[in-house]
Amino acid sequence: MKNILVVEDSESTRSMMRTIIEDLGEEYQVFEAGTGFEALKILPTEGFSLIITDINMPDINGIELINFVKTTPQYKDIPMIIVSTERSEEDKKRGLALGAEAYITKPFSPEDFQEKIRLVLSS
Amino acid sequence: MNSSKKEFISEAEELLGEAEEHLLELQESAETGANPDTVNALFRSIHTLKGISGLFGLEGLKYLSHAIEEILDSLRLGNIEVSDDVIRFLFKNIDILRELLEKTEQGNDFDVTPYLEDIKVFGRKTSSRQKQESLSGVIDEAIISVLSNYEEQRLRANIKKKRAIFTINAVFSIEDFDKALAELTEKIKKQGELISILPTSENMPPDSIGFKLLFASDKNPDSLKSAIGIAPEQITGSKPEKATVRKPQPSLKSISTTVRVDIEKLDGILNTIGELTLTKGAIKRIEHELAGIYGHSELVFDMHRASRSLERRLSELQQQVLEIRMVPIGQIFSRLAQIVKRYSQEIGKPVNLTVFGEETELDKFIAEEIVDPLMHIVRNAMDHGIESPEERKRRGKPERGTIRVKAFQRGNNVIVEIEDDGRGIDMEMIRRKAVEKGIITAGKEIDDTELTGFIFRAGFSTKEKVTEVAGRGVGMDVVKNRISSIGGFVDVRTEKDIYTRFSLTIPITLAIIKSLLIRVGINTFALPLSSISETLIVDRDALQSIEGKKVYNLRGELLPVMPVSDFFEIGSQTRESGHHESRYIVVSGYEERRVGLLVDELIGGQEIVIKSLGGYFEGLKGVAGVTEINRHNVILVIDVETLTEEILLRHKGLVHV
Repeated sequence: MKNILVVEDSESTRSMMRTIIEDLGEEYQVFEAGTGFEALKILPTEGFSLIITDINMPDINGIELINFVKTTPQYKDIPMIIVSTERSEEDKKRGLALGAEAYITKPFSPEDFQEKIRLVLSS
Repeated sequence: MNSSKKEFISEAEELLGEAEEHLLELQESAETGANPDTVNALFRSIHTLKGISGLFGLEGLKYLSHAIEEILDSLRLGNIEVSDDVIRFLFKNIDILRELLEKTEQGNDFDVTPYLEDIKVFGRKTSSRQKQESLSGVIDEAIISVLSNYEEQRLRANIKKKRAIFTINAVFSIEDFDKALAELTEKIKKQGELISILPTSENMPPDSIGFKLLFASDKNPDSLKSAIGIAPEQITGSKPEKATVRKPQPSLKSISTTVRVDIEKLDGILNTIGELTLTKGAIKRIEHELAGIYGHSELVFDMHRASRSLERRLSELQQQVLEIRMVPIGQIFSRLAQIVKRYSQEIGKPVNLTVFGEETELDKFIAEEIVDPLMHIVRNAMDHGIESPEERKRRGKPERGTIRVKAFQRGNNVIVEIEDDGRGIDMEMIRRKAVEKGIITAGKEIDDTELTGFIFRAGFSTKEKVTEVAGRGVGMDVVKNRISSIGGFVDVRTEKDIYTRFSLTIPITLAIIKSLLIRVGINTFALPLSSISETLIVDRDALQSIEGKKVYNLRGELLPVMPVSDFFEIGSQTRESGHHESRYIVVSGYEERRVGLLVDELIGGQEIVIKSLGGYFEGLKGVAGVTEINRHNVILVIDVETLTEEILLRHKGLVHV
């Protein structure tokens, strides 16, 4: 079983990502967090194989979440994918510098997204 | 003028329009500090204009936009501060650009030297300010590296304003940190600007989580400590030293990857897809017939595979085109913001407009259709909902009124809510007016929900001569009709002296919808599936007639029911001496608007493309449009909303609705 945490404040984007991930196969289970705070709460409750996070969110942003995950011993090995937009180029760089494994730029095709997930999980 | 030049003019006009919008935004946020995204967007509009002017060899426009772009670049990098002067100057220059554009349209280029000189002088005058300071050396590098770009800009802005920067460390249990943190941030926001919340797990006991809160304030540490309850650590205070600045790379990619398309062309594609959907239906029918004749032979199987593939690709294609047509509703909201700003000055009532869910998307056509109704509702709220500042003060409300506009998606609909914190709708006034107009009799018990519904009636204006020019209700019927013409509906909730909230429920897209085909007598109709909640086989015992009106016992509740044949005054099936033999009920709506339509037969589900009746038949009551089904058969699509109204009207007082 692969548990994937999707952190994204837009509900529609979130459920779209869920659908795309679930299409990868039955062993993928998606958990959703609508804010950074929610993500912090869900983190200790499950063992996650992957975290996918948006950058701009209302409470704590994706950069701060990445920093938190990558500096916490029990989480630091969970790979992370940044979902960024063309306009958040700078933020993407910072996220990668803090230890995120990959990024994908919105808008993306379902295939690209799935490919990215497979790639990160297999490495 | 050739067509590419025409296109240039229209794009240039659009860019200038955008630039003006961004400028307005900047002007509005002048007190709270300019949003760097807005400045950046403004820069890009003018940058693009420069680019395309160059392409068309329009030297004057190119030089002028280049000069303005340089001012904007300094603004973006913080070398010029956003001030009333700068904004006024930019407005003036956009006007000049527009004037030049008009001259271009007439075919002249021109000398822009005097304008360029002005801009140069202005630039020298304003940008004598200090360069953007580096934050390294002032703020711990570890903190800067986890800030988003925007947070860093805010940090910079606060340092520039000579505010001191503080941090507070707090530890909470992982279980309920959000509540405790919300209280803490609330306190901090009263003392200054909260810039960032950084979660940390370092040196934390298990089941706990720590936060470093970064904020700016001009208060001293002691008073902050007593106001917040935790002693803050001041991390700046001395003047930051100067150093070179990391320059953000502007992304100009959108210029080369975006194609602008006329919506009519997309309509054309959708139409073709619609036709293809019909062809697909025909192919499936042929497939069935072949299977009937040849059984499940190899050939039939091949046919099946091909038609399945066609079906999938077609729905993909349809989805893709619909996606292209989608626009964020924020485009409309920004137009609303302009209206509110202008109108609030005009009528002397300060009003804040706050918007949520700007990223919610809906079809371009539908977006355009709801602009006018939205404007109408917002203006109405400002005219009649929001009280004058004096009155608000008397009632203990903030002097500035607030209008909240919120959009979100629910299923296949977008809900847009417009809420004002004004005086609410006066139920007594509506009641009086309804009695006056003879809609209800005096002293009759009527609940508020039904009363508020009256404001959507044509000509139902609650005019109170002394205090108001016109009451809420003027033109609301128009709003309702417009929304229902695109398959949506309007709902209103209100509480005296507290709020009035209009909710518009709007389909995300018009193009191809799922429908239920029904038969009434010899006629086939289509009902949009989105407006149907269930279908029932009529249980004779449960169907009763009271005073000639039908009601149906639906799981213990009385459902108002009307034969569709009654509405359209057409014959239904007549077997027993002219009695209706309708065997099915289609249930629509929910709660107090739940009604049943009696029909003779349920034929089945079908995807349809609704086309407008057009011209002569436009506005035919109860008909949403026409559609073509199998074998060139044209049928009417029922406007369920209108029929619902009719049923509720006919059953008024009979059933508690």
